[in-house]
Amino acid sequence: MLGYILRRLALTVPVIIGILLVTFVIKSLIPTDAVTAMFQGQVTEQEAKVAIDAMRHQFGLDQPWYIQFGHYVTGVVQGDFGTSVRTRRPVLDEIGFRYLNTLELTFAALLVALVVGVLSGIIAAYRRDSWMDVTATTVSLFGISMPAFFFGLLVIMVFSVWLKWLPVMPRGWTALLLPAATLGLIEAAPLARVTRSAMLEILGRDYMRAARAKGVPERALLFRHALPNALLAVATIVGLQIGHLIGGAFIIEVIFGWRGVGELAVRAIEWRDFAITQGIILIGSATFVTINLVIDVLYTWIDPRIDYSAG
Amino acid sequence: MSATTIGTATDEAPPRATGLRWLGRQLLRQPQAQLGVTALLIIFVCAVIAPALVPYDPLQVDAIHRLLPPSAAHWFGTDELGRDLFSRVLTGTRYFALVCLVSVSISAGFGILLGLLAGAGAYWTDMAIMRVMDIVLAFPFILLILAVVAILGPSLWTAMIAVGIAGIPNYARLVRGQVLAVKHEDYVEAMRAIGAGPLRILFGTVFPNVISQIVVYTSFAMPVAVLSASALSFLGLGAQPPLPEWGAMVVGGRTFIRTSWWVVASPGLAIFLAVFSCNLLGNALRDVLDPRSAPK
Repeated sequence: MLGYILRRLALTVPVIIGILLVTFVIKSLIPTDAVTAMFQGQVTEQEAKVAIDAMRHQFGLDQPWYIQFGHYVTGVVQGDFGTSVRTRRPVLDEIGFRYLNTLELTFAALLVALVVGVLSGIIAAYRRDSWMDVTATTVSLFGISMPAFFFGLLVIMVFSVWLKWLPVMPRGWTALLLPAATLGLIEAAPLARVTRSAMLEILGRDYMRAARAKGVPERALLFRHALPNALLAVATIVGLQIGHLIGGAFIIEVIFGWRGVGELAVRAIEWRDFAITQGIILIGSATFVTINLVIDVLYTWIDPRIDYSAG
Repeated sequence: MSATTIGTATDEAPPRATGLRWLGRQLLRQPQAQLGVTALLIIFVCAVIAPALVPYDPLQVDAIHRLLPPSAAHWFGTDELGRDLFSRVLTGTRYFALVCLVSVSISAGFGILLGLLAGAGAYWTDMAIMRVMDIVLAFPFILLILAVVAILGPSLWTAMIAVGIAGIPNYARLVRGQVLAVKHEDYVEAMRAIGAGPLRILFGTVFPNVISQIVVYTSFAMPVAVLSASALSFLGLGAQPPLPEWGAMVVGGRTFIRTSWWVVASPGLAIFLAVFSCNLLGNALRDVLDPRSAPK
């Protein structure tokens, strides 16, 4: 098991190097850098040139790309992601608390998605072709067709504007409620579909019939015999959904004014502050790689039949 | 993805060479597919003839008739600049069609080519292509798109290109897997035996046999592309105002959501309905090719 985790970790190294290289190459391809964008049109051309040159020198933007890449990688390894050209604060400080906010939002949403998605998937499969199945299937088809930003605005419109249950920009724990529920419900739709089809397949197996024949109560049949077997498919789709979840979180953050990484990323692009964009892409991808690693390890726990010793 | 689970035995197995025709026939028996195809056809026809249909100029600002609710004169109401929303939503079908065509063509074009090369090529070609694809896949979709937008600057074309690039690896993986699966089938060996060159085998024999899988996957990739591109526009990273692209229209109306819900509702519903039609079609395709998941 430990050997498997170590091997799996080693496999992520080229991916991380690839990510570093890609983020860096992107930077050298950008037509205008943040310094130019900052001074453009603000002072006379002569003054702007002096100021731009001085600042480019200060941030090392006038050096050849491989030296800049070297600095960048050394910095990243030491936890220095550079300085935001716009706010002049270390990128890590800018991202830090927002990263936690985004994590909080995504995990809360994932929880909502798992509870709603898996439960409705189980019910739909168990009561196949009943009104509950039809409802669950139709709602989840609506769910996968709904743009996250439109759904978010609908939620605000209904709960904050018409029903007036919650303020548009609430504080405290209620602040998390609407964004997490919105994102969670959007992500629940694909989960419900996968759970339903996985459960349908398993409910038709011989061992389920055998269990029912020997008098296992229905609830135990569903939750002890069928569900654990369906979880593997659910885990796979959760792994695939994480990237989607992060994307959804970006949109939900902007709509609900949630101070997370996504909201910052959108601003950073507007500012052409590539240090921040680069930092977000790097940290986001690293998180993504880690989560996928964790899910791979979880597989062995969910399904002990999977043998990783062969590599 | 579900695309990997399809293509199992059916009661009426598709004759390989006419896979697409068989698929089309099966498909048109499904009410879901009929509905989806009809809706998409209407949208695409609207996209072509939109300029002839619109009652007003979609870009015409009219300060006197700002934020009017839906009425006989303005079916969907007017927006914050007095522009007719019906005309704008109708013109938006053009951008929907454009995103479908451009993004999916980029993903499918490059993805299929790379997948064919990886699947049929030498070991090292395969390794090199697939490792690069792995790195692209290691980026969450949105971050990859952000990277592209950061380079090219926000515009509708950037959004379409970014969404297209982000979709390449999935196509490459799918096609590579399919090529590996059919590579050693008897009919491919037979082509080799009669002396067909590698290109003829690849494009003449192997490719036609993976097309139906590609069609099915595309029906899932299309709604994803449309949702992503409109989300980018919503974030201000895609289509820019005053372009009547649906996602960008929702951003514009966001500020007036308390007083004038229709500004957000009509473009939002338009995206939803368009994507819903794509998904209906995709569902039906999957049901045809994987009867296990089909409702009884």
